Amino acid sequence: MITSQHSNSAADASANRQIGEPLLSVNHLSVHFPIGRTLFGSPTGVVRAVEDVSLYINGGETLGLVGESGCGKTTTGRAILRLLPEGSARISGEVNFKGVDMYRMSQRQLRPLRRHLQIIFQDPAGSLNPRMNIGDMIAEPMVVHGLADKREAPNVAGELLERVGLPAAAAGRYPHEFSGGQRQRIGIARALALKPDLIVCDEPVSALDVSIQAQILNLLEDLQSELGLAYLFIAHNLAVVEHFSDRIAVMYLGRIVETAPSKELCRNPRHPYTQALLSAVPKPEPRKLDRRIVLAGEVPSPAKPPSGCAFHPRCPLATERCKQQMPPLEPKQGGPGHLAACWETK
Amino acid sequence: MLLLIVIALFCYCTLPWSLKHYNSQHLNHALAAPSWRHWFGTDRLGRDLVARFAFGGAISLTLGFSAALISVVIGVSVGLLAGYAGGRTDALLMRAVDVLYGLPYILVVILLRVAVVGRLTNWLATIRCPDSSGVASVLVLLAGIGGVSWLTMARVIRAQVMSLRDQPFVEAARAAGLAPARIMIRHLFPNLVGVVVVYATLIVPGAILAESALSFLGLGVQPPVPTWGSLASAGEHAINPIHIRWWLIVWPCAGLSVALLCLYVVGDAVRDALDPRGR
Repeated sequence: MITSQHSNSAADASANRQIGEPLLSVNHLSVHFPIGRTLFGSPTGVVRAVEDVSLYINGGETLGLVGESGCGKTTTGRAILRLLPEGSARISGEVNFKGVDMYRMSQRQLRPLRRHLQIIFQDPAGSLNPRMNIGDMIAEPMVVHGLADKREAPNVAGELLERVGLPAAAAGRYPHEFSGGQRQRIGIARALALKPDLIVCDEPVSALDVSIQAQILNLLEDLQSELGLAYLFIAHNLAVVEHFSDRIAVMYLGRIVETAPSKELCRNPRHPYTQALLSAVPKPEPRKLDRRIVLAGEVPSPAKPPSGCAFHPRCPLATERCKQQMPPLEPKQGGPGHLAACWETK
Repeated sequence: MLLLIVIALFCYCTLPWSLKHYNSQHLNHALAAPSWRHWFGTDRLGRDLVARFAFGGAISLTLGFSAALISVVIGVSVGLLAGYAGGRTDALLMRAVDVLYGLPYILVVILLRVAVVGRLTNWLATIRCPDSSGVASVLVLLAGIGGVSWLTMARVIRAQVMSLRDQPFVEAARAAGLAPARIMIRHLFPNLVGVVVVYATLIVPGAILAESALSFLGLGVQPPVPTWGSLASAGEHAINPIHIRWWLIVWPCAGLSVALLCLYVVGDAVRDALDPRGR
């Protein structure tokens, strides 16, 4: 179903890191949304959607970003693309893409750079303009960026549609005429039109049927090996990410709590939250099932994160220290590049 | 739909004739009921109501459509800009709209009249416009009605844009590096057409009725020039228990309501025709 041709390259990826500068590196990114307004406009609280997140992606590599709903993974993706409304979000930190800080330039200066950094959305219906036909939708960005002139753009759009497994004749149709999986393919074709280096895949398959999920994932993998794309693959389903990614970062309440090459992370999870996530993954042989770790309680509000380690109210290992001090993201036992933020595990 | 075209064509095509006859009085035929000679009857000054209906219709429809056009152009631009840009631009534009909302439009028209009509009349006279004072007062009326009716349009559009702005397809357009102007025109505006059309068809009757109200106050189109609104309000006095001269009020009201009904139907049809989902 899902081929895992990339899981072996995890070691290469971490080796690459030493050699050159990564394609994308995010340093200490925080995104805060002020909430509530007093009479004089000062906010009454702050939602810390993303807190001190650092990550990097090398060319041609896939980084999986996993976490529960509301943990800030989508916001992280949006912040990397600089798509968040800058009036309402307070963003700090650096997003270096191809050696330039995305937040050090004006939106106008940023536009030519956007070509190299595309996004595929979770909601295949909402991501396509209902009033625009498919061909125009794919051709327009190419024309704007000068990748094709007005006459040849429709042909290129047709080729792209065929590349993602749709007939070229689909170009003349409108989004409502397609099914969910087909729409997602259109979204992929649109992202590919600009010949990007990195695509942020924001839960690209979670709105689709399982059989379609596999098709889309295989398509994404084929495209990666063909075009040398790098992916930031955002998902809440660890099973999907495990097969798809070279490395995985696990987020909890706006912070990265563990990051490691994907095989290493799944075989040897160091953070109790990752362990709980892994135990929730359905296994093909239920009899071999280990004891499932069921987390008590709910995800705390990012407007009022718990003191110390944000995970401590739900953690089976929590101690007094966890309630008071925030554990740093530090190297743990295991393979190279395995980092976790936990006081209790080694 | 056809009816509207027929009425409009009738009003506009007969203009040369109705312009000549709308004010010719035949006192010995005053208040005659509809007949072969006067299809719609005559009013108390013996003026032929067909001519007055046609001429009045031309004025009312022109006013209504121009007001709708003004409000669509200004309202959509302001609403798009405010809704998409957000932040300070939005606050500035919407506070301006709020302030204009606060002014009663009758006051606006009175002030405009006092300030502008004299100068406009002189200016129109210099470019040899026939009936310069009449044209000037219609223009001012239009400016007053149009200037007020775009406010609601701007608010409606802004609200719509704000809900569209966070849709993934707009984010996709931004991620593709498209310029804001392009996003507004190519991606947002087509999704607003439905609202714009429906709202514009609501403004047309509003403007026609506002005109008749203002004319009644002596601020609008001045007699003897007729409009559907002033014809109807004149006809109202002709209904009394002794003599029911129904023809005075039936024709302008029928014209008004049929035109408006057709307009709504046309509006719906236009909206559906522009929606790819309906095809």
